[in-house]
Amino acid sequence: MPSKAKHSLPIIEIKGLTYTYPGASKKSLLDVSLTIEKGEFAILTGPSGCGKTTLCRCFNGLIPHFYAGELKGGLTVADLNVNEHTIGEMAKHVGLVFQNPENQLFALSVEKDVAFGLENLGMPREQMQERVNWALKMTGITDLRDRAPHELSGGQQQRVAIASVLAMQPDIIVFDEPTSFLDPLGAQKIFEVIAELNRKLGITVILVEHRLDLAARYASHVIIMDDGKIALDGEPREIFNSEQAWLLGVGIPKAVRLWRLLEESGVALKGIPISSDEATQRLKEVLWR
Amino acid sequence: MIEVKDIYFTYPTGVEALKGVSLTIKDGEFVAIMGQNGAGKTTLVKNFNGLLRPAKGEALVDGVSTKDVSVAKLARTVGFVFQNPDHQLFSETVEEEIAYALRNFGFDGATVEKRVTWALNLLDLAEYRKASPFMLSGGERKRVALASVLAWDPKVVILDEPTIGQDHRQKENLRQFILQLNEQGKTVVIVTHDVEFVAECNPRVVLMKEGRIIADGEAKRILTDTTLALEASIVPPQIAQIFQGLTFLGFPSDVIDVSEAKKLLVEHFRGLRS
Repeated sequence: MPSKAKHSLPIIEIKGLTYTYPGASKKSLLDVSLTIEKGEFAILTGPSGCGKTTLCRCFNGLIPHFYAGELKGGLTVADLNVNEHTIGEMAKHVGLVFQNPENQLFALSVEKDVAFGLENLGMPREQMQERVNWALKMTGITDLRDRAPHELSGGQQQRVAIASVLAMQPDIIVFDEPTSFLDPLGAQKIFEVIAELNRKLGITVILVEHRLDLAARYASHVIIMDDGKIALDGEPREIFNSEQAWLLGVGIPKAVRLWRLLEESGVALKGIPISSDEATQRLKEVLWR
Repeated sequence: MIEVKDIYFTYPTGVEALKGVSLTIKDGEFVAIMGQNGAGKTTLVKNFNGLLRPAKGEALVDGVSTKDVSVAKLARTVGFVFQNPDHQLFSETVEEEIAYALRNFGFDGATVEKRVTWALNLLDLAEYRKASPFMLSGGERKRVALASVLAWDPKVVILDEPTIGQDHRQKENLRQFILQLNEQGKTVVIVTHDVEFVAECNPRVVLMKEGRIIADGEAKRILTDTTLALEASIVPPQIAQIFQGLTFLGFPSDVIDVSEAKKLLVEHFRGLRS
């Protein structure tokens, strides 16, 4: 089980990482240095083509083992030098959940989909059953275990995809825009599941996301990339309120936008709210006297 | 412009996607169709251009039933941009992609050339003219798909989930572009889950649930109705959520736009000071 301790140890350490895809003339990552601590909820954002997906492929060894190309610099994930460990070994530590769950599910029942990775590890039957039960429970889909994944709603399918990854008990789960195809309520529920895995199990979460209105409230760390480089890296409130984040044109949460507009109109309020609840609370405090 | 009268549609798998939908979209309107996954949104708009035809009821485009016209002919009036551009693109170059439908519609060589150049410039794709659509990024492919539809200048443009995979800036460009099309008199219909995008565009919103329309009206009203939202798996936009917590202070509950929110709060603060 991953430890519940927060902000104690680096789980991802990247130093001066530069990467070029095979045959490409332009570098996709340029001198990237980044530390993510164990138990963090990190949002990774930035304009299309900024290198987010490429960076995520480094976390589980797809780069350099599958994509080849030219990689330079230090890349340590879960205390392993990614260069020296296979994709299979890295997969025990880093799980990936994609945009469209349909691309990730293939078995005839939810239970079989969730058990698939464990079967490949050669896990004994009883232990496997226990692990599957646990993963289904954590994602709130125990009652769907016998259903066919393709009959489920998008939100339910995405939970199955998360359960399949969770069953492997990784230290880190990377979510690549996991709610793009879901209706807003389905999206909100997925973010809640992700936040709970982070809070209760101490799993380090890396969420690649453009739409930050729903997700920002859960983050302990925001990283903004631009043109292959890390442009901003730090605490969510500071980042969303920084001049540079606005100039880069990332999706600043509406609550932060409102605060900024108010300040420009001569109404400067303390603190920076990153969720609607925080903004409402703050406005109530100021206005209700 | 588009009128469906009590239409029903069932897929061969037995899924009843539409269960009696009636809707009229006037010439020049901008409509967003929203609702939970599987509510029937995409099925409905595919009935607008004959890609699907109702099993019961009637779908009319410009007053003519889609049953009496070929899909090719309907496409001339109603352009459809798919959610996944890869379902639409197949040519070797961007230029060819855009020219293909124009030739099919029987435009002459010079007109095809002129229209292709116009559409490429319109969507900022001129530098990719000779590139393969499959070498482009997802966002760029979506723009190629849109360019190829706009090239033949249909009266109605339907966009299925246009904001998926677009970053913040691309979305802002798309928003400006859609509003501009609409101002120029085109009827625009989007199918989307993106509540914040709809709040910024402020179109007429049609809300669907389980194959039926459950609400139809101004974005401001529909997106801030918490009962409706829950029923249709919508989450009100962030600004609406903030203001719904402030109604006890006399603020309206139907604010969705950040500029309007600012204006109301600044006025309130000025009132407190004086």
